[in-house]
This record gives sequence, structure tokens and C-alpha cells, in this order.
Amino acid sequence: MAKNKTKHTKDGLRKYLRLMISIRQFEDKVFELLARDVIKGASHVYAGQEAVAVGACAAIGEKDYITSTHRGHGHCIARGGKLKFMLAELCGKATGYCRGRGGSMHIADVRAGNLGATGIVGGNIPVGTGAALACKLRGEGQVTLCFFGDGACNNGVFHESLNMAGRWGLPIVYCLENNLYGMSVSVDVACAVQDLYMRSSSYDMPGVPVDGQNVLEVKEAVEKAVGRARAGDGPTLLELKTYRYRGHSRSDPRKYRTKEEEQYWHDRDPITLFEANLLKEELMSEAEIKEVHDDVTKEMAEAEDFALNQSPYPDPKELYEDVYKGWIQGERGLVRIPEN
Amino acid sequence: MAQKFYWEAVKEALREEMLRDPRVFLLGEDIGVYGGAYGATRGLFEEFGPERVRDTAISEAAITGAAVGAAMAGMRPVAEIMYVDFMTIAMDQFANQAAKNRYMFGGKTTVPMVLRSEGGAGRCIAAQHSQSLETWFCHAPGCFVVAPATPADAKGLLKTCIRDENPILFLEHKMLYGEKGEVPDGEFTIPLGVANVTRKGTQCTIVSYSRMANRSLEAAKKMAEKDGIDCEVIDLRCLQPLDIDCVLDSVRKTGKVVLVSEAYRNANIMCEVAMRINEHAFDYLDAPMQRVCGADTPIPMSPTLEDEVIPTAEKICKAVRNLVNHKV
Repeated sequence: MAKNKTKHTKDGLRKYLRLMISIRQFEDKVFELLARDVIKGASHVYAGQEAVAVGACAAIGEKDYITSTHRGHGHCIARGGKLKFMLAELCGKATGYCRGRGGSMHIADVRAGNLGATGIVGGNIPVGTGAALACKLRGEGQVTLCFFGDGACNNGVFHESLNMAGRWGLPIVYCLENNLYGMSVSVDVACAVQDLYMRSSSYDMPGVPVDGQNVLEVKEAVEKAVGRARAGDGPTLLELKTYRYRGHSRSDPRKYRTKEEEQYWHDRDPITLFEANLLKEELMSEAEIKEVHDDVTKEMAEAEDFALNQSPYPDPKELYEDVYKGWIQGERGLVRIPEN
Repeated sequence: MAQKFYWEAVKEALREEMLRDPRVFLLGEDIGVYGGAYGATRGLFEEFGPERVRDTAISEAAITGAAVGAAMAGMRPVAEIMYVDFMTIAMDQFANQAAKNRYMFGGKTTVPMVLRSEGGAGRCIAAQHSQSLETWFCHAPGCFVVAPATPADAKGLLKTCIRDENPILFLEHKMLYGEKGEVPDGEFTIPLGVANVTRKGTQCTIVSYSRMANRSLEAAKKMAEKDGIDCEVIDLRCLQPLDIDCVLDSVRKTGKVVLVSEAYRNANIMCEVAMRINEHAFDYLDAPMQRVCGADTPIPMSPTLEDEVIPTAEKICKAVRNLVNHKV
């Protein structure tokens, strides 16, 4: 951490801590509301992987893009998503980011450059690649961060997309979050080669293993890759080694992994590690750290009140809105929406 | 106005839109120097260069998905999938991402992309290069499906599609590229969701699209001469949005309907057209609606079998005659 001392402002460090704690508290709340059946449907929580989303998104600018995954709450928060609009979305409320149409699996804040989460594993790898193609064609120095997991990298679109990006030198950083399991199947069972970053060698781009539990290391690695991309030197594949604490979804009893393995990763918790380093390097005091936790707790309580008590469900009359731009379902089929 | 081939009309639309809007670019297999498997991008690589006419690897899912991402990020991609049969490989990207993103994300994005492909039988290239899969895409809310039958429609509709904000499957027909027709020069657009009544008539309505619209018209002309049967022929041009009002108006006049499509008979888009007629003009029908569709078999290679699969003018005539002569 000492070497990073000069690189990070105290405000910056506080922000990363706050974002990681926000994700953790958000996911803890989501899990609680799932258990109480207040949140319906599927939610895949990001707890344990906070350093990846926060470190990566800290390395890009406002005009850049990200694409997300079915485990996308962390990406959305790290990209600046507001907890209250996110929780409202997960609850299926009209005030949510997607007006209650997407829910957890399709959380998006497109206006903030988050091109959204997809429920299809690997489904956004070509989409992110296309966003990067747009960045290249416009020539304004934008980049795309494309998040996906170890499960996605055995899907055909991973290979098609990385090949395309490598050949065309697209400004994209592929952030492969290796949390060791695609639902229940381990990387060990699923992958012929365990070091997933090595797959980059087929596609003319650097492949870099990164400690995904260390937010500053993630940020540094992504910054380097983003620098390459902005300089016109093409894509990078980062393998961010991390771990999801909860099961794949709420119905997952985690029979496929051991308590010892879970403990190993809890001992390397990204928030605890970061706080310990901040204290050790005297960059933040105990009181300052507590203040961040308390701030987030307050915001989370407000978000919960907003989502559960102050937000209406969508009006069923709005069902057909936004299926198409400029058209809506009429009595006998699609009709044009009159222009104002 | 000049006589142009269907492929030239497609090219002209692409070229004009690329000149008009710098955000428009093309990507796909063999669209560069080769000029597209059916020649629809001939000369564009030379004129616009490799940045805007991008030859890709054989990666249909990545081609389609890259168009989705580029569209969401502000560009106007026109992707080419060489055969619509190959869309099987790219279906997730089109049906799950392109078509749904706007809705899933609360209307806060648009996916203005055109996916050009071609379908249809007639070249003896068998079961994986001859299908008419348009119905699949009509089953994906959020995207449009356009299938022009003439060179003029190909140009006017493609230009409109490139300017539209929605993801669109623009389905050409491999047997039409070599057909000629009058095509307006320069700026010329046709609105989406407007069918074309290609022949006025009083006794029976024939509804079709793409190559079969031409066959339907041929059949109608033949019957007017030989049988004295006066058919109205409607070329839908767009399957989604569907100009059902045009069809209903005609049905209310003729009271008889024959629906013609080259796609598989089972669960054909024409079943949807029939259902909407049933819902909105049932009282006007004088007889059960009839359909002439592709056979429910994988498309065979042999010419005698392939001919048997596709609706012919004669099969259309037979259906109309039976209907008009009260044999059904």
C-alpha cells in the first residue's frame, strides 16, 4: 500500500471504501429482503467481490462505458448508481432505474454509461465489444469495461468477441471475475486450463492475473489496461481472482464447496483488508472509517424506506410502453405514437 | 427513375445512408472486397474503406452482438448475416439482447441497428441455406421484421430502417437479387408498417410478402386472364409492424382470403394474420380462410423436391379458384 500513498487522495480512498461498503450493505439488505420475500424473483448478490467493481470503475471516466452481468448490483453501484433507485428496481417499483421492468438481472443505468446487466451468461461480451467498436469509430478516446465471470468464458461468444477485439485493436478491458464457480460447477471442473488469463494469448492481447480482493491493485491493473486502450494499443484481458460469499442465488445451499474454503476467502475480505491497510498507513482513523459505515447505513435505511414505502408499483396500463421506440400496442397491433 | 437490380437497390440504400450519416457502418462476413455473398455491398469497401465496411471473422453471434453494443453506444450499425439460417448462432444476441434491452432498461436506451440477411429457397442449397425464418423474429417483441419484394421497396425500406430507432431484421430474398425494377434515384423512403396493394380486385384477397408477393401477383394476373377472377393482392412488406388495417379493409370488400408465405406452414406468421382477421373481420368472411405455405420439411436439395416445397403461382391459383368457386 505504501507505494500507492502518493497516487491516491484521501477523498479517493474514502470514496472506494464507501462504495465497497455500499455494495456490501446493499447486498446484505437484498439478501434479507429476499428471505422475507419482499424482493421477488431472482437476485444474484455480489458480496465478496466488491473490490473488483469498485477498483475497475475507479479507473474510467464519465464518458466511458461498462457492460454488466446477472450479478450486476456491484457494477451498478460502483458506476455511481443510487442505492434507492436500485433497491426500488429490485422490488419491481416504478421508481427503479428500469421502471420495474428489469429487476436485479437487468439492472442498468444507461445514462450513466452502464449499458446494463444481462441474464444470459456471456451475453454482454459481444455487446461490450460493440460498444468498444463505437468508441474506436468515434475516435474520442472512450473505452469500455466489459465484466463477466469465469462461467461466461467457456461460452462461444467469449472467443468470438476477444478475437474480434484483438484483431481490430478495440479499446476494451475484459474484466473476467473469476469467483471460482459458475453456479455450482467449479473452474476446476469446467475449464481445461485453470489460469483463465492465459486465454488472451490466442487473441493478441495481454492477459493479467490480478488480486481481486485488493481494490487498489484492481484499480492499478485496470488503469494500465485503460491506458493501453486509450493509446490505441488494443484490448486487455484481466483475470480478477475473487469469491462470492453467498450462494449463486437464494435457493443455493452451497453444497459444492467447503467451510474451510469459504473461511479462507472471508479472511481475505476486500473491505477488511482495505480498512486494515488504511489504518496501518494512517490514511484514515478508526473514527473516520466508522463514519463511512454509519453514512452508508443511513443511506441504506433511506433507500429501503424509499423503495418499500414511498415507491408505487408500475401501473399495469404502462405494460406496453417502451417495447418499441415510437410505436405502441394498439387494439389491432402496433401503432405509431403521435409525435408531439 | 431507372431500372435497377434488387441487389443494386440494397447497395444504393446503404451507400446513400453512409454518405448521409457518418454513424452508419457495415460489418459482416465477406462484405468487403468480395462485396457480399449476393453482391449487395459491391463497391462499398472501395468507396468507404475498411473502417466503415468491416469484414469479420465467421462469428455470427459476435457480429450481431457488436452491432447491439455499437448501436447502444450511439452508432448506426448495419450487420450482414449471410444466410438467415445462420441466425440460429446469433439468436441470443438478437432476440435476447437487441430486442429486449430497451424494454428491460426502462425505455432509457435504444438499439438502432439493422441486421440484413437473406432467406428463401430456389438455389438447390438444401436445408441449412434455404429457409424462411421470419416468423421466429416476429415472436420477439422489441424488434421489427421487414421483407421487401421489389427493388424499389428494398431501397425505400432499407433507408427507413437505417434511420429508425429500433432493432430491425431486414430480410432479403436470395432469388430476388437478380430481379429488376424501377427504383427512384436519390432520396426515397417508405414508412414502416405500410402494406402495398399491388393489385386492386373485388373477389378474393391474396396476402403475401417477399418473393411470394410477386408470385401472388403473377397468379392474380393469370386468373384475371384465364378464369375471370378478380383478386386483390397485398404485399405486407413489413411483418412487424404489420399493416393489418390494409388487410382488414380488403377482406371487408372481398370476403375471401388466401394467405401466401414461403415459410414453413406450421405456426407461420400468416397464422397470426388469419387470427387478426378472425378477431376483427370475421363477420365479413364468406368462406374459411386458406393458406399456401412452404412444406413442413427440411428444405431438400434436389430440384424436383425443392420445387415441391415452395408455393407456386399454380398452387396459389388453385387455392383461390377453390375459394371463389365455393369448393371449400
